[in-house]
Amino acid sequence: MLLVVEQFLNGLQFGLLLFLLAAGLTLVFGIMDLVNLAHGSLYMMGAYFVATFVAWSGSFILGIGLALGATLLLGIVLEVVALRHLYGRDHLDHVLATFGLILFFNDMVRLVWGPAGLALPLPSWLTVPVQIVPGVFYPAYRLAIIAVALAVALMLYVVVMRTRVGMLIRAGASNREMIGALGINIRLLYTLVFGLGAALAGLAGLMQAPILTVQIGMGENILILAFVIIVIGGIGSIRGAFVAAILVGMIDTLGRAFLPDLLRRILSSAAASTAAPALSSMLIYLLMAVILVARPEGLFPANRR
Amino acid sequence: MSRALDLRILVAVLTVAGLLVLPLFSHLTGNVFLLTLFTRIVIFALAAVSLNLIMGYGGMVSFGHAAYLGIGGYAVGILAAEDFGSGFVQWPVALLVSALFALVIGALSLRTRGVYFIMITLAFAQMAYYVASGMSRYGGDDGLTIYKRSTFDGLINLSNRIQFYYLCLFCLLGGVVLVWRIVNSRFGLVVQGLRSNEQRMQAIGFPATRYRLVCFVIAGTMCGLAGALLANNTDFISPAVMYWTRSGDLMVMVILGGMGSLFGPVVGAIVYLVLEEFLSQVTEYWALIMGPLLLLIVLFGRGGILGLLGRFSRG
Repeated sequence: MLLVVEQFLNGLQFGLLLFLLAAGLTLVFGIMDLVNLAHGSLYMMGAYFVATFVAWSGSFILGIGLALGATLLLGIVLEVVALRHLYGRDHLDHVLATFGLILFFNDMVRLVWGPAGLALPLPSWLTVPVQIVPGVFYPAYRLAIIAVALAVALMLYVVVMRTRVGMLIRAGASNREMIGALGINIRLLYTLVFGLGAALAGLAGLMQAPILTVQIGMGENILILAFVIIVIGGIGSIRGAFVAAILVGMIDTLGRAFLPDLLRRILSSAAASTAAPALSSMLIYLLMAVILVARPEGLFPANRR
Repeated sequence: MSRALDLRILVAVLTVAGLLVLPLFSHLTGNVFLLTLFTRIVIFALAAVSLNLIMGYGGMVSFGHAAYLGIGGYAVGILAAEDFGSGFVQWPVALLVSALFALVIGALSLRTRGVYFIMITLAFAQMAYYVASGMSRYGGDDGLTIYKRSTFDGLINLSNRIQFYYLCLFCLLGGVVLVWRIVNSRFGLVVQGLRSNEQRMQAIGFPATRYRLVCFVIAGTMCGLAGALLANNTDFISPAVMYWTRSGDLMVMVILGGMGSLFGPVVGAIVYLVLEEFLSQVTEYWALIMGPLLLLIVLFGRGGILGLLGRFSRG
């Protein structure tokens, strides 16, 4: 029971983190129709920034603030310099160009920070275990991630559904030419959305930094997960991304935790211990394949033009 | 027939001629490395040619094409590990398994369109990647060393560099000719028609999915052959061959060379891999140059290298 609660929370935390990443991706995808493979690089940059800024400023909170600002800025620069020119082009061009950006970012990080990974120690007030239900302790930092990610998700919902900027974003997603014709500065809007997406990816990366090692290529695995999520959820749908992210986070975490034991009941112990890791890594891809075969447009298809 | 066509044909002819005399050149200059490099390039060119068949002509953007490299390679590797050394067993099995894999994932994936298709093919390739990582009997994550290359009863000796190179080149040229024949056949025209206007083709009475699926299986099988060659070339096969960045590499080669042109993927593979090799000799941080270069090619060179040549000669 203890383990179940703990793994459930782990799944929730991972899912929310994935949501932060997927939300930016699905916004950029849904609104600018841009396939951005370099989104994972922004996640990586967020992690590197936070490790650097925390070490530099000596303050965890200040480091996070600076890193968030830095990724936002990086996203905006990236959009203005390179990606802006790709709007309206073929998806394949996006893939090629942003694949190039991944190569660039990975080597730039290697040049600046060196090939070895960085570790980011947590301040002591975040390492204490918190008792959530009697007898169940959970690390404060992971609870903080859950809280922050939920707050950001809520904020995103409010911004997109309840504000004027959000209205413009939604309008841009459903008909680009029309809102341009109505006198909205669509270029500025796009830059803003891209910056927002970059900041969300950076936030995911910097929150993950103390849990994992900060290393080159950390963005690539998780990028694929984020793509799986937006495809499952339906491209352009934030609600879909949220549901799919939680689903993927849960299935991945719970699968890794409990599948080996489950398999051991049906298979021999040796066969189970070899099959389980592969099978649990495959679970989410299996989920995506099943969902796409059943619903080729994802769970919550956004309104297409 | 404008000059544009001529220039592109010229490039193709020069490329083939260059590839044909390369072993001689490497022998005369004593540069063995050149032959090793180009053996690898020729193998990847074959994979890129097969991807171009579905991506360039069929409009099916598969982001999981490297899976077949791994499947073909593992078929050879596993059979070698189980003491079936004969290429007459290994290679047909490699092709057959690749074809079956393509048939299954094609039948499921082709229900989707556009970005969803890109992602579902990626998902299947990732599954294959994790299956390979989980095969602890065959090396798992660390990969499988192949101690003996495929034998062909004295017909050809794969351990001989030059013979192996020409075998790879033969397969590549065979692949190009096959794609050329397919593209200009009735079947190929239907597949290209489906890319341009599926509704219209269906209205005339062509079963869209069935045509696409056959095309998908042909490409997968061809890439499986490249996988069998790759395993023999490196004497090693590991899950990393199937990782999604590998599929990305293949896509880059096709787009770089010129998608939907017969020789584009070959040129793309040569340029991409030679550039990678060259830059990594100049600096350890080759990707720092390669990345922005790809970006520039996309921004300013639409239609890849061959497209650029075409526009250049048209003036």
